[in-house]
Amino acid sequence: MPKLTVNGKEVEVPAGATVLQACEAAGEEIPRFCYHERLSIAGNCRMCLVEMEKSPKPIASCAMPAADGMVIRTDTETVKKAREGVLEFLLINHPLDCPICDQGGECDLQDETMGYGRGASRYAENKRAVTEKYMGPLIKTVMTRCIHCTRCIRFLQDVAGVPELGAIYRGEKMQITSYLESALTSELQGNVIDLCPVGALTSAPYSFHGRPWELRKVETVDVMDALGSNIRVDARGMEVMRVLPRLHEDVNEEWISDKTRFAYDGLKERRLDRPWVRRNGRLEEASWEEAFEAIAEGLKGINGDEIAGVVGDLNELEGMYAFREWLKTLGCTRVEGRQDGTRLEPGVRAGYLMNSGIAGIERADALLLIGSDPRLEAPVFNARIARMVRNGCRVARIGGSSDLTYAVEELGDDAALLTVLLEGKHPFTKVLEKAEHPALILGQGALMRADGAAIWAAARALAEKLGMRVAEKAGGSEEDAGEPAWNGFNVLHTAAARVGALDLGLATEGGIAAILEDAREGRLKAVFLLGADEFDTSAFANVFTVYVGTHGDEGVRHADVILPAAAYTEKHGIYLNTEGRVQWAEPAVPPPGDAREDWTIFRALSDVVGRRLPFDDRAALLARLGEELPFIAEIDVKPDAEWGEFGRAGDIASGPIPTAVGRFHFTNPIARASRTMAECDAVCHGTSGEATGTNG
Amino acid sequence: MHRHLKVVEDGEPFAFSEDNAAEVKRILAKYPPARKRSAVLPLLHLAQRQNGGWVSRQVIEHIAGMLDLPPIKVLEVATFYTMFNLKPIGRYHVQVCGTTPCWLRGSDEVFRACRDMGLEKGRTTDDGLFHLSEVECLGACVNAPVVQIDDDYYEDLDYERMKAILEAFRRGETPKPGPQVDRQFAAPEGGPTTLKEHVK
Ligand code: SF4
Ligand code: FES
Ligand code: FES
Repeated sequence: MPKLTVNGKEVEVPAGATVLQACEAAGEEIPRFCYHERLSIAGNCRMCLVEMEKSPKPIASCAMPAADGMVIRTDTETVKKAREGVLEFLLINHPLDCPICDQGGECDLQDETMGYGRGASRYAENKRAVTEKYMGPLIKTVMTRCIHCTRCIRFLQDVAGVPELGAIYRGEKMQITSYLESALTSELQGNVIDLCPVGALTSAPYSFHGRPWELRKVETVDVMDALGSNIRVDARGMEVMRVLPRLHEDVNEEWISDKTRFAYDGLKERRLDRPWVRRNGRLEEASWEEAFEAIAEGLKGINGDEIAGVVGDLNELEGMYAFREWLKTLGCTRVEGRQDGTRLEPGVRAGYLMNSGIAGIERADALLLIGSDPRLEAPVFNARIARMVRNGCRVARIGGSSDLTYAVEELGDDAALLTVLLEGKHPFTKVLEKAEHPALILGQGALMRADGAAIWAAARALAEKLGMRVAEKAGGSEEDAGEPAWNGFNVLHTAAARVGALDLGLATEGGIAAILEDAREGRLKAVFLLGADEFDTSAFANVFTVYVGTHGDEGVRHADVILPAAAYTEKHGIYLNTEGRVQWAEPAVPPPGDAREDWTIFRALSDVVGRRLPFDDRAALLARLGEELPFIAEIDVKPDAEWGEFGRAGDIASGPIPTAVGRFHFTNPIARASRTMAECDAVCHGTSGEATGTNG
Repeated sequence: MHRHLKVVEDGEPFAFSEDNAAEVKRILAKYPPARKRSAVLPLLHLAQRQNGGWVSRQVIEHIAGMLDLPPIKVLEVATFYTMFNLKPIGRYHVQVCGTTPCWLRGSDEVFRACRDMGLEKGRTTDDGLFHLSEVECLGACVNAPVVQIDDDYYEDLDYERMKAILEAFRRGETPKPGPQVDRQFAAPEGGPTTLKEHVK
């Protein structure tokens, strides 16, 4: 632990820290452009210069390891002049176009110029100009503004694991580009927009739409996958203008996926903003009263056991709870929360959570993926696994192979391999046995199979057998508190609503398949869909169908009554991520038109149909919910769920494992309504008419 | 304006010739397998030689494939060094040094000779024979002005001598490289002037 002096103040920093970090520890702010905590060190902008005793020249603090006895000064005239000099050089070729630059108001160069700029330029020569580079539909480039910090290159290489950007030429001619200006393929590429310290890389969909100071900033959570990434929704008036990441070390660090960042335009398209009722085969606009009447009418003569409910992937706990309670008043207990047909069951929470935690999994030194493609199912999480691999973790996978951006030992696309591993007949069993912290990730794809429950049980058995669960090792003395407990059994969900749905017990015998079967056979007379759009609803053609949700998507195809609900940016809501972490979403904008928060819809409906629900406001609802699920009071903690029995022992048939996420950009109704996502999908699958730069 | 990079396609896919494939093996053997990306520079060099003096898109992608590198990383190297040509280049690459010593000793005259022979800076002659570039110091200033044509240096040039050299190339001959005046390497013109007793 080196001890050094910064501006006369003594600080001690962990070994391996840089002088810049030491200065920060001493409370000094160091200007920087190229340095970023989460990227490799480049040391190429020189903005972070400080003075070091016995060094004739100022040093780049970001690239200098802190050493014992260093004497650093950050407040001298030399330091100030050095930084001013660096900044003047940077500004030589930087255009003075802040008034038409989207970065204006949140630009590092602008900010540092306030501190170290000269106010007027001494440069009379022509400025350098660089042509824009095509990088795909998400990133807009104005390359004349680039200051060559290489953060974007390093992000794609170090974090995203897809080194697609590079710097061609050198010196003054240096240009940042992808290979022959092809579109970037990373699902995390949007983060370079945040990283770029100037306005060289900005958001294409947001370009020229707003200024940061006009926006209302609301801190909330994302629902595009089951990670529960922390986001900030920037809104103006009634409109969501953009989505940015918020720092949460244990969840998304400071990254978000492109779906999280860019699908927001889907919130404005194909929205259900008023109730609809089918009359004589055609959907017609209706008032809430008329819609409720139509539901009462439609349910006449139908018994509770002839009704089913299905909840979707984006729903918050409150809505699902009110939905279930209201259906209960009709005598219906058949509410299904696994619309993709996975065989997870409520009961033992440890059975359907990511027990090691999203951050905790980094302790693993051997990891088995079972039917999961984390790159598409949770891109931000995948970047974490990539880091683990770099740090020496071995990863193997049973299931379809794909490029995860890191080395994976593909064991084969055959579920029966799980049995082989369990019997210890596979070389990877040894690897897991020998590992100090072995872990597995069970994907939804594996659980979707007909024998999903057996796979679930086998995964549990594997975890038991290979010592993936270790209780807390008791430590002797106080410092040596022992190692914390380890549970390497992890389920990676793809739906933001799923853990909540399972906690509410929304699982029925036979699952969604049985519901569809009964609908086809005429045993089911009425079905209620709460934002459920991920399966083929043609079976409901002759069933009285009510859709409550946000978008005119699959679920409304055969709907007889449609009730408009609020999307995740428009309501308060509790979400539990794949770890079971409880997080609160906050509304950034009001729901469009007549749309309402989900639970209020069922509360209002309960006055007309069924029995009145016993809560009039959200607090009352939460109080009841809290009685049923006491853990929702523990906000933002990773729960330590108790281990138990789960799964159903049985044979695992040999055969491939389906994929849970086929087309990354189209996994939910919001994303499917988004033009940006459609463009990305087209680029991904080569169906875009746009020039990719490689075809000319 | 720094423009888009146009990497030129070659009609043919690129692959190393049999002889060069053996050379590739030798080059790769110098680096540990996990660091084989270090071979990108020598491989590009070898490929440029085989490919008639320039690096095509096919070359870049071939080498990227061999070294498990994303093609952008190979392109970075190929664009960083001015010695790699990213466009087809004439049969002979004429590189005239224009740095101070050569300039003081008359590189302008050398350029004039080139111009009169129909060579233009940065371009290939219509017959595809010559490509003219101006380069910085070639490290042979003692015999300035200096011109590098492919792998050979032609030194002690003036208008007439440069013209004669280009004409010889045009006739299909290969003029003798080295000093174009009466001297051995960098020794004084007309023979040694000191330590004569040591010259046998
Ligand atoms: S584009 Fe932005 S992030 Fe990339 S090198 Fe230039 S200034 Fe840095
Ligand atoms: S921040 Fe230190 S050199 Fe850029
Ligand atoms: S200046 Fe021409 S060779 Fe050195």
